[in-house]
Order: sequence, then C-alpha cells, then structure tokens
Amino acid sequence: MKHFVKLIRPYMVWAVVMILVPLLLIVLYSVTTGGNDLINIQFTLENFKKMTEPIYVAVFVKSFQLGLLSVGICLFLGYILAYLITKFSERVQSLLVLLVTIPMWINTLLRTYAWICLLSDNGIINAILGLFGLEPVTMMYTDFAVVIGLVSDLLPFMVIPIHTSLCKIDHSLHEAAMDLGANRFQTFWRVTFKLSIPGVLNGIIMTFLLSISTFVIPKLLGGGQYMLIGNLIENQFISVGDWNFGSAISVILAFIILIAITSMKRIDKDEIEEE
Amino acid sequence: MKKKKIAPVIYIILCFIFLYLPIVVTMVYSFNSSKSLTKFESFSLRWYENLFSNGEIMNAVYVSVTIALLATAISTILGTITAIGLSKSRKVLKEVIINVNNIPIMNPDIVTAIGLMILFSSMKMEKGYLTMLLAHVAFCTPYVITSVYPKVRNLDPNLANAAMDLGATPFQALTKVILPMLKEGIFAGVLLAFTMSFDDFVISYFVTGNGVSNISIIVYNMTKRTNPTINALSTLVILVIVITLVVINVIPIMVRKKRERKAILIEKPQELKEE
Repeated sequence: MKHFVKLIRPYMVWAVVMILVPLLLIVLYSVTTGGNDLINIQFTLENFKKMTEPIYVAVFVKSFQLGLLSVGICLFLGYILAYLITKFSERVQSLLVLLVTIPMWINTLLRTYAWICLLSDNGIINAILGLFGLEPVTMMYTDFAVVIGLVSDLLPFMVIPIHTSLCKIDHSLHEAAMDLGANRFQTFWRVTFKLSIPGVLNGIIMTFLLSISTFVIPKLLGGGQYMLIGNLIENQFISVGDWNFGSAISVILAFIILIAITSMKRIDKDEIEEE
Repeated sequence: MKKKKIAPVIYIILCFIFLYLPIVVTMVYSFNSSKSLTKFESFSLRWYENLFSNGEIMNAVYVSVTIALLATAISTILGTITAIGLSKSRKVLKEVIINVNNIPIMNPDIVTAIGLMILFSSMKMEKGYLTMLLAHVAFCTPYVITSVYPKVRNLDPNLANAAMDLGATPFQALTKVILPMLKEGIFAGVLLAFTMSFDDFVISYFVTGNGVSNISIIVYNMTKRTNPTINALSTLVILVIVITLVVINVIPIMVRKKRERKAILIEKPQELKEE
C-alpha cells in the first residue's frame, strides 16, 4: 500500500505553485507599492488606508446591502420552493430538482444577457406593460435590475442544499411532534425548520459568497457606473492598473468571506451541540 | 386534498418561470428575423448564419471546447491519483492538503483569478492559451479531488494488498482493482470539471491575453451592443448542456429498465418451462 503514497507528490508541487504562491503574491502586492513589477517594492499600508476613503467605503456598504438583500430574497423564495418540492412523490421530486439545477449549469453571462432583453426600456416587460396602457418603467441600470439578476442566478444554490437537508428529516418526527400536541406551525418551526438549518446555512454561505464577489451581473445590469467590490477589483486590475490597491481589496474580500464561513460553521456546530 | 395542492403548484410554476424566462427568451429571439428584442417579426435562421460565418466566434467555440476537454483530462488524472495517494498519507499531511485544496473552492473566483494573473505575469509568462489552460486545471482539480476522495475512503484498505499478494504489480492493482471501484466518483468529477471549465468567465477573463478568448469572453465583449448573434450562440450552448444533463440523468434509468426487462425475459422462458 505504501506504493501509492507517492501519488500525491505531483499535486503537492502543483498546489504550492498554483494555489499558495498566488495567494502570497496577492498579500505581498497588498502591502507594497512600486508598480506592477516586483523589482522596486516598498512596504506600506497605504493601500489599506486608501480603502477608508468615503468612495470606497460606499462601495463596500453597497455590496453588503445588495448581497444581503439578494441572499434574503433567495432564502425566502428558495426555502418555500424547497419545502414545497419535498411534498411530492420521489419521482416528481427528482425531476423538479433536476429542473432547478439546469440553470446552474448554464453560463451566468448568457442568462444575465437575457435579462437585458427583458428589462430594457424597450424590452419585453415594458412592451407587456404597454399593452395594458401603462407607462414604460426604467428598470435597467438600477438596483432592481441588479437584484433580479442576482436572485435568478443564485436561487438554485439556495434551493438545493435546503432541499437536501429537508429530505433527510425523518417523517416520524413530525408525527411525534403532532402527537405531543404541537400545532402545524410549531411542528414546522421547532422541528422541520430547526433540522433544516445546516442546509439553510450552506445555502446562505454559497449565495453570499457568490453575490458579494460578482462583477458580471452589476456590470451588465447596473451599467458602467455601477460599482460593487468585484467591479472595483476588476477596475484596478484591468483599467486603472493599480495592482497594489486591487490586491488590498481582494485581501479584504477574502477575509470577509473567511469570517462569514467560519461564523456560519460555528452556528452550525452550536446548533448540533444544543440538541 | 386536491384543493390544497393548487397554491403550491402555482408557486412552483412561478419560480420556474422566473428561472427559465431568460433562457426561453434567448432561444425564441434567436429565431427572430429582425434585430428587435421585443417584436418577433418572422422566423429566420439569419443569426445562425451570422454565427457560423463569424470567424471570431467560431474560434472562441474552439478555444472553449479544447480547453474544457484538456483541462478535464488533466485535472481528472491529477485529481484521481492525488485522492488515492491522500487516503494512504499521514494524517497531518492529509489535512494540510485537503485544507489547501479547499482554498480555490471557497475563495471567490475573482480572487483566484487575480492571484493567477499576478503569478503568470511575475513568471513572465505570455498570457494566452497556455495560461488559460493552466488556470482551468488549477480550479478544476480541487473539485475532482473532492468528488473522488470520499469514494477512495470507502474502499477496503486491504484491496490493493490482496491484489498485490495475488501477483499484481502496484500499477496493475491501481488500474485493474482500485480505479474501476472509483468509477462513480471519477465520473462525477469529470462532469463537474468539464462544465466548470466550459462555463468559466471570471478566471479566463483575467488570465487570457493576445486575443485568445473563450465563449464567455466573446459574449461579454459583445453585450455592449444588442446583437442577436449572441442569442443564437447561447441557444446552441444551452441545448448542448441540457441534452448532456438529460442524457446523464436518463441513461441510468434506461439501463436499469433494460436490465429489468432482460431479467424478465430470462425468467419468463423458465416459467414457461415450469408450466
């Protein structure tokens, strides 16, 4: 059996070069100045200080607001959808789950592009409103468009983990709760919902991670002026060329997500210990 | 009972409309003869002709497909041998590698992307096809490992020893005994790697250069003006993905049914004899 231990060596080298070194480079760039070449670097915390400027603080606040709003909407819509799906026979359930997953496999960019056709001033939704004699509504390049794009992109990531954990719940627990005198609401809240918390947390982590780091959806649906953390990073690397500042923002973004994941995991652990 | 079920069905239908509306709209308008996104004038294949005569787009399709195939092949091999090696490694080493392996899965795409971008530029590598391929292998391999490793852990640890005691070389034990038992996990890894690579935009966008672009990048560059050729392209991409998913989900059922039918056919003659 010892023969197979050697098999991990190629990946160890690969992981160091392609995973660890890039991360270290980002950290290195974030605490230095001196342009994009590593020849004449100087250590500094200027890049992080720059982030406290009001324009950049506003970008972070906006990203959080829209991210949390989208996660909230996904949680509400997704939980109900996942819950209703579990009420069907197993065959129908697997079909419905497949239908939820198909959009996940289709490129975000293509689906977001399609929303432009729907939401633009002379788009399909306004054409339908026109049929009822309503004034056209400007939806493109607003928060509304960005949130719609985010929710439709992220909803499956919320539904699947919740559905998985709802399916695992032993049905006799509901009967037991009912027998012990709980009404339907109590049974749902104190048994079903409580046992589905791992799925809910997984869904929240996935959707939050994706919504806070996106730059395609705000760029296409929010227009060029629209700035979220993702767009800010893209700008620094592609148009402005300030890799040091861009790296500093990325470090903060990675840090935010690390905190989000660990705190969610802790909640999950506490819940289990409480049982 | 029947009355109660109407509301849930309506809710589920509304959710699916929300998820599928953009996809359906894209498909329908790819057959529109005019450039309008609202008025469907008449059926035409004009945009498909445009698509196939557009060298830039065809080149992007070629890049997407070849990168996805190569990245899938490389990351499947690398990921599978690593997963096998991991199960035999010391605990500390195993945990370190698994944690490092989780970094690209948990990190936002954009952070992975700029990390690789900085890496390639500091190694003075020219950005293009090769950098894109390396980056794709880098983000696909972790997914292959996470889908194969659990299967390896479930294997009987004495299996390979038994094979070698019976005279198999370590290589034979690997290819004839262990790999066939990991089929399912490897297959899941292949599917995940291929679709991740084929769909990727963010990472490809940052690590490519010199005019090498895949489908997503082309779409991103074309969305600045309305262009129904994108609709034609998305329709084809969506069809390919949906057909693949359906085939993957339906084939196991068909195979099972066929086996059952065969079993009946085999059993029936015996029954006849008995009669």
